[in-house]
Amino acid sequence: MSMPIAECALRLLEEEHPIDDYKGRVPRWCTGCGDNAILAAVQRLCRDEQLAPEKTVFVSGIGCSSRFPHYMNTYGFHGLHGRAMPVAQGIKMRRPDLHVFVVTGDGDCCSIGTAHWIHALRYNMNMTVLMHDNGIYGLTKNQASPTSPQGLKSKTTPSGTLLEPINPVSVSLGIRNASFVAQAVDWIPDMLYDIIEAAFHHKGFSFVRILQRCPEFLPGRFDEWVKDPSRMLLLNHDDGVKVRPELGKVYQNLEQHDPSDRNRAREIASTYHPMPVGVLYRNQEMPCYEDLRKPDRLYTPDVIKSVLEKEFDQFTIHPAA
Amino acid sequence: MTPQALKKEKPAVRQPQERPQKSGKRSPSGGKPQRGSLKEKPVQELREHIVEVISDSGEGAQRCGQSMASIAARMGNGIWTVEIIPAEIQPPARSIAGGSGNRVRLASDRVTNGGDEAELVVAFNEQVLLGRIHAHELSPGCTILIENKWRDDDDAEIVAAYTRTIGELEESGYDIQEIPMERECLKYVADPKRGKNMFVLGMLCSIYSLDMQIAREQVAFIFAKKDQNIIDNNIQLLEAGFDWAEANLTFKYCIPPSPMTEPQIVVNGNVSLGLGIMASGMEVCAMYPITPATSVSHYLSEVFETVGGVVHQAEDEIAACAFAIGASYAGKCAVTITSGPGLALKQETIGLAVMAEIPLVVVDVQRGGPSTGLPTKTEQGDLLFACFGGHGDNPKVVMAVSDIEDCFYSMITARKIAETFNTVVVVLTDASLASAQQPFPRPVISEDWMAPPVDQSEISAGLVPYDWDHRTGLARRFIPGQPGGMHCLTGLAHDRKSCVAYDSDTNQDGMQHRSLKLAALQKTLKTPPVFGDSEGDLLIVSWGSTKGAVEEAVTRLQDDGHKVSSLHLRFIQPMPSGIKDVLKGFKHVMTVEGNWSDNLDHEIIDEENRRYSELAWLLRARFLVDVDCWTEVRGRPIKPGSVVRAAHQRLQRKE
Repeated sequence: MSMPIAECALRLLEEEHPIDDYKGRVPRWCTGCGDNAILAAVQRLCRDEQLAPEKTVFVSGIGCSSRFPHYMNTYGFHGLHGRAMPVAQGIKMRRPDLHVFVVTGDGDCCSIGTAHWIHALRYNMNMTVLMHDNGIYGLTKNQASPTSPQGLKSKTTPSGTLLEPINPVSVSLGIRNASFVAQAVDWIPDMLYDIIEAAFHHKGFSFVRILQRCPEFLPGRFDEWVKDPSRMLLLNHDDGVKVRPELGKVYQNLEQHDPSDRNRAREIASTYHPMPVGVLYRNQEMPCYEDLRKPDRLYTPDVIKSVLEKEFDQFTIHPAA
Repeated sequence: MTPQALKKEKPAVRQPQERPQKSGKRSPSGGKPQRGSLKEKPVQELREHIVEVISDSGEGAQRCGQSMASIAARMGNGIWTVEIIPAEIQPPARSIAGGSGNRVRLASDRVTNGGDEAELVVAFNEQVLLGRIHAHELSPGCTILIENKWRDDDDAEIVAAYTRTIGELEESGYDIQEIPMERECLKYVADPKRGKNMFVLGMLCSIYSLDMQIAREQVAFIFAKKDQNIIDNNIQLLEAGFDWAEANLTFKYCIPPSPMTEPQIVVNGNVSLGLGIMASGMEVCAMYPITPATSVSHYLSEVFETVGGVVHQAEDEIAACAFAIGASYAGKCAVTITSGPGLALKQETIGLAVMAEIPLVVVDVQRGGPSTGLPTKTEQGDLLFACFGGHGDNPKVVMAVSDIEDCFYSMITARKIAETFNTVVVVLTDASLASAQQPFPRPVISEDWMAPPVDQSEISAGLVPYDWDHRTGLARRFIPGQPGGMHCLTGLAHDRKSCVAYDSDTNQDGMQHRSLKLAALQKTLKTPPVFGDSEGDLLIVSWGSTKGAVEEAVTRLQDDGHKVSSLHLRFIQPMPSGIKDVLKGFKHVMTVEGNWSDNLDHEIIDEENRRYSELAWLLRARFLVDVDCWTEVRGRPIKPGSVVRAAHQRLQRKE
């Protein structure tokens, strides 16, 4: 059956999701919170990729950043502190049709959920992880986190933290099965978008640490980098993210970094002076757990029945003839 | 049921030096052996017998006992097996605590529990035997068949220990029969450590008049994955054991089997759970290794993928539960299997499933607690924890399985309830059921057990994810992929749209509806039947694996003229209606459980500080009935004889 071109175009228009289709409730983050920039980038990505809202799931833990799924008009799972990754794995395991995003924070991921984070890197399931790292517990109001800078005074560390922070990018790169490790900052929104986009397109577990400003409890935490572009290092590569030409005018400190070079990635990750931004490591060959465990048959009553009968046969004793 | 064995004459045995030399009489290729002495021996007919086979770990006593049970079951005998497991993987050889083996209760009729003390024991050394004697698992004066190679050991200390022990046991009245197991096995194999158990199996086949053709088939089945020469070798040892016993032991029993009318399945409780999980149509099992639950996953790991299911071994117990919740949220109903410590770790995630109304089946194969407790031994210590664990109001369904068949069907029931009520169903079983075997009728598979594929149809405008029904508390469930159903599920208090609750009434509303679901389920449950008369002097209430032992004890008490009945609970939370009326029919009510309770005999224990057993607490609180309790936590299944004694004590106590 033929269809007038106008109607066809109308239908196309109808099926197109404008950005508002991805906007959920009104964000309740503080004014100036870096989470807002991340939300904007993600909503843009969904629109640009035209992700079906019903086929998209945002899974989070607990913390300021973990409110994220409420602000998306997709499926969302706002679960328990630290447990977003295993929930997301359970969702993805038998639903490869769903786009799964995990939104987590430095407390959620690098403290209470550390075991899950390490193992999630190892499982390498196909999902995009946005780790909002502001270096402070915000929702519980100002306690030091594992990524707080050494010496930070907080409510639980009135005379300053004693320990060096952990470096989530270095830790991730330490896991043999890691397949995508990137670092972004909320104050370079174009680069943030490009990195999240690359993460989304990577098949595997894409870990993006996003340095994110907390104006309430840690204002000025990243000022030395925000205010001085020369202290930033933008990683440029065809296989990672290509730095946009207009950004290059402001951020002149560029490095051609091949994301398949894990050793160089480790070197880059090891310092914040300069602060690297971009895709540090990417390995497209790493198999995904859900593919390795993919069943070779459909789960139907007929199959179950025939296998069960066979199993019963093995254990059955029969009345004497 | 008359469970007591007929009193047997103390049999005599020929002394080893009088034994006729048999070597050369039979061909080693397994040709027809001579069994001339069979007819000369009196065959004593028994209704039932309890036999234990016990060895060092790795000597195969468990396989021997299980095989013997399978052979008897195939002949139509009732069986119940109990595994005897040391806590360590490789405990030191010849140690009292390191014994490994199997208890088999054989009977003419159906058996529902492991019974009282063993009446015949085969021991591979005297130390593991002492372990069983110290645990009071052997009946006084019972027959002991023991490997006698220790008498000639190179180590003088071993010789001394062996001869001293045998002397003491003989003096205590045990009927000791020293058997040259190793010497006989050496005629067929170079290393008798492998194969002695088959020799013993052959002996037991002779002693209990078991069918040798079925025994050969059983041995072939055990070694099915091995080379033919290994099968032949083991059958040779089996026959050697049989022939030796025929020629040298002067006693022989026969436990006439009841004719079997329908095909039966012989598996242990954990395999039964695994079969039930498949039959229920659940697709995902997420777990973390923990004794004694793990063997469910061992079995499932072998077969689940052939039906398209998956067993996921997570990085920890919490992740296992969270993974199951994720799968279930995405429309693939999931089960997580654990034991007490794991259940403790999972509590927060279980609370999330309750709060967000995600179907989830949690299996707790209970072991001794608290802490690491008794990892390999049985207990019923998690009942209240299963009901009330977790912070805040956490209404979830708790059911307990009572036997091996129940393990299978409870998985189907649990999944149905979980998905009908969108809630968590905790299924309690325990270490004793995990490894016990008991035949049950082969299930006739129904497609109704397996839920239809998830509904992915569009949600009409205006519908909300938690449209709680004010009568039942039930709400619909939107599954990712359903157009129009987008919402953000949350573990925070939430309203019908799944929005975070910021006002005071919303939390009250949500709590009310989640709680109502248990009441709605309760309305569908039938009052459990009373075992015995509905009125009398004493009602014993039980739950879980103690059912068989309690009902056997009640039968014995009734046979002795006592007005005792029992009531077994399958659903603990919610509890079916009508129970209070049952309790009211008896002068005394007492629970029998495998968990802790203070004994009033202790000098500082009285009614004001006594800690009751777990079900007793529940019954007292709910029904305002003075429910007493008798419990023990010895890490082993409760024996019917212990229940009989406890009932006598209760009946004699005046108050």
